[in-house]
Amino acid sequence: MIKEIEHEAEIQNKRTVKRQSKARFLSDRIARYLVFIDGMVSFLILLAIAVFTAQEGLPLFSQVNIMSFLFSTEWRPTQGEFGILPMIIGSIYVTLLALFIAVPLGVACAIFLSEVAPLAVQRYFRPLVQLLVGIPSVVYGLVGMVIIVPFIREFGGSGYSVLAAAIVLMAMILPTIISISEDSLRAVPSAYKQGALALGATHWQTIWHLLIPVARSGIISAVIRGMGRAVGETMAMIMVIGNSVVIPLSPLSSARTLTGNIAVEIQYASGLHRNALFATGIVLFVLIIVLNSLAMLVLKRGEVVVER
Amino acid sequence: MNARNTQKIAWFFIWAGGFITILIPISIIGYVLMRGLPSVSLDFLLTPPEGGLSGEGGISTVIVTTIYLIVVTLIILTPLGIGAAIYLAEYAGDSWITRTIRYAIDTLASVPSIIFGLFGFALFVTALHFRFSILSGALALVCLLLPTLIRTAEQAMTTVPRSQREAALALGATKWQTVSHAVLPTAMPGIVTGIILCIGRAVEETAVLYVTLGGSAAMPTSLFSGGRTLSLHLFYLAMETNAFEKSMATGAILIIIVIIINSLTDWLASRFHAKMTGGT
Amino acid sequence: MELKSKMETKDLNFYYGNYQCLINFNLVIKEHQITALMGPSGCGKSTFLRVLNRMNDLIPNARVEGKVLLDGQDIYAPGVDAAEIRKRVGMVFQAPNPFPKSIFENVAFGPRMLGVNNKFALSEIVEKSLQGAALWNEVKDILSKSGLALSGGQQQRLCIARAIAVEPEVILMDEPASAIDPTSTLRIEALMQDLKEKYTIAIVTHNLQEAARVSNWTAFVYLGEVVEYGKTADIFQHPKDKRTEDFITGRFG
Repeated sequence: MIKEIEHEAEIQNKRTVKRQSKARFLSDRIARYLVFIDGMVSFLILLAIAVFTAQEGLPLFSQVNIMSFLFSTEWRPTQGEFGILPMIIGSIYVTLLALFIAVPLGVACAIFLSEVAPLAVQRYFRPLVQLLVGIPSVVYGLVGMVIIVPFIREFGGSGYSVLAAAIVLMAMILPTIISISEDSLRAVPSAYKQGALALGATHWQTIWHLLIPVARSGIISAVIRGMGRAVGETMAMIMVIGNSVVIPLSPLSSARTLTGNIAVEIQYASGLHRNALFATGIVLFVLIIVLNSLAMLVLKRGEVVVER
Repeated sequence: MNARNTQKIAWFFIWAGGFITILIPISIIGYVLMRGLPSVSLDFLLTPPEGGLSGEGGISTVIVTTIYLIVVTLIILTPLGIGAAIYLAEYAGDSWITRTIRYAIDTLASVPSIIFGLFGFALFVTALHFRFSILSGALALVCLLLPTLIRTAEQAMTTVPRSQREAALALGATKWQTVSHAVLPTAMPGIVTGIILCIGRAVEETAVLYVTLGGSAAMPTSLFSGGRTLSLHLFYLAMETNAFEKSMATGAILIIIVIIINSLTDWLASRFHAKMTGGT
Repeated sequence: MELKSKMETKDLNFYYGNYQCLINFNLVIKEHQITALMGPSGCGKSTFLRVLNRMNDLIPNARVEGKVLLDGQDIYAPGVDAAEIRKRVGMVFQAPNPFPKSIFENVAFGPRMLGVNNKFALSEIVEKSLQGAALWNEVKDILSKSGLALSGGQQQRLCIARAIAVEPEVILMDEPASAIDPTSTLRIEALMQDLKEKYTIAIVTHNLQEAARVSNWTAFVYLGEVVEYGKTADIFQHPKDKRTEDFITGRFG
């Protein structure tokens, strides 16, 4: 009798183990598939963005010549004229002006953090530099509106200008330039630095004649990434640049960026107007991808040169 | 001009560069707090904004919208992000599929936020008829933040030493059990850091929400209500009203929140690092 | 002929933080001679070399006590410029470290730092230095090629050329042949005999045979102290200290 109970228990046990095993392996299988699908989500999103932007944007070109879209200076949606040249120039002008200040300042700061500042100073400096990243773009815009714009007004125009936008933008791309440049400088093998110092070069001579040339590709890559960030900034630009559709001829002139063009008009645009705004998005998208690929290319080429 | 003197001059500019750089955030934060904090009061936090051109009122509805939006975003973002990170860290081989996915993530990470806004506007607001709503905003934010969370979570998981996985497998665990019971718990602090990082970015984000959330100053009643987040409210106040004191106040609160979130992230990140390297 | 002392250390004590690396180090480096410091691996020999050209200044916790004299002047006296010292006391490192620049630019680097910018002057200096390093014939047609494209032995000779381009008085060599193949090693050792005509040379090595082959004077360094010092032949054939004898006979190291 006991033997029969034992036997029955054993069978039950085996069945449970089998069921648990089955459950374990089933959940493993399911997990494997779910996770793979999840992995594809990012790719699907990118695809969706490309598809939707193209879908809404490309119809424009059935009505408007792509050349006139890119090169015409007339942006009059109500009259069916869609030329984004003023915005392209606006974006480029602001970006270049911002880089003009941000690159020397950023590279100097990168040299400071990687080569010049004593360790104790570095420890306090770094979190403070990180603060630049933490400030929301609308706060930059607000401070720009309240302080920079009135200041520039003293020199002419309304104050809402390319210059104001460039100053604001400069602060926003500074951390990008600093962090990538600093990483590049630190990545220079110390053997090179020691070799230079052993020849009697001063610290500055070593930095200027050796470290910077060797880190050059990294620094250029940092600048290009800064450019990408600058071109993509929207809200802070809208707040200080004036948003007039004109070709800015001086830094004091008001202007409009590509991003600003989209944001300012999308809410009430319809029909062909809307298509035009999405087409502007396509232009932005392409610009960013080109800049990014350029940054990666420069970095890769730099690696090859150093290794050989 | 000899080398010694050149170095002295160069050092001057370099130190100046360093100091000017940190002066920028310090003065901005200082200024906003100085002009904004006086207007921040309990009243300010608990009264709804009056909307329109006056800019009067407080930010109660704005705070609620912000929290509501972030919660919804996290509910969707977290499983998606962690799942994809698990795939990349634990399951993916070195195939063209994996490389395509990584390329997609890197590209998404550098797309300007306004394009996510445009996308959200086209898909969620218009095509799916969600209109200006928390749902649209949350979905657009998810697309924006996914690369960030995936990167942080994947990094947290790859930091878990191989030996832990091997130990679990040797005990008879399936792959999934290994991941869920051995890897994830250890990587959790790092993943949480990533989530908080995303919260920080969501709070600051304006461009995406400008075109998916709308600008309603009312209290959100459902997923389909529109609204304003703190940063959006600041934007509207600054652009459409003259209430600079209110916008400064909103800015001050934004900055304080961001500083808290950043400090939290740093603290968690260092604790995670200490845990992984056997520190305190 | 009385041999002059080019560099001399008096009661040198060197610390990394709290750890004392060199103890009561008294050593003379004679002019136009090759002095070898040999001993088992560990703290001491390389550190001493780096004290001689103030390269240890780069290390945050390093502390030097005592006097280090170059032609009778203490190089650690306050107000002495380290860069000036390094122009007079050059160094060739253990692992060849040419800059990621052309061969020409590698050798020209030092003179450029000294202010020489004239193309012709630089070309002359580069040629002279590369000849002095017995490398000229091998690279004279490929001066624009990257220094990193050379073989290990060639790279080390390039580093020697680079060092002598600034016309130092002393050349310090830290295990110059440990990272390169034996044939190149012998070439460099032959080179050293030529170099000592113009410069004073101090080398560090843990290779007994190399010290015996190459140097005129040898110091045996053990655990941060100078155990024994004298003419190379004397040290190897009649070591006075038991530790020296043990090292030479291969009982340790």
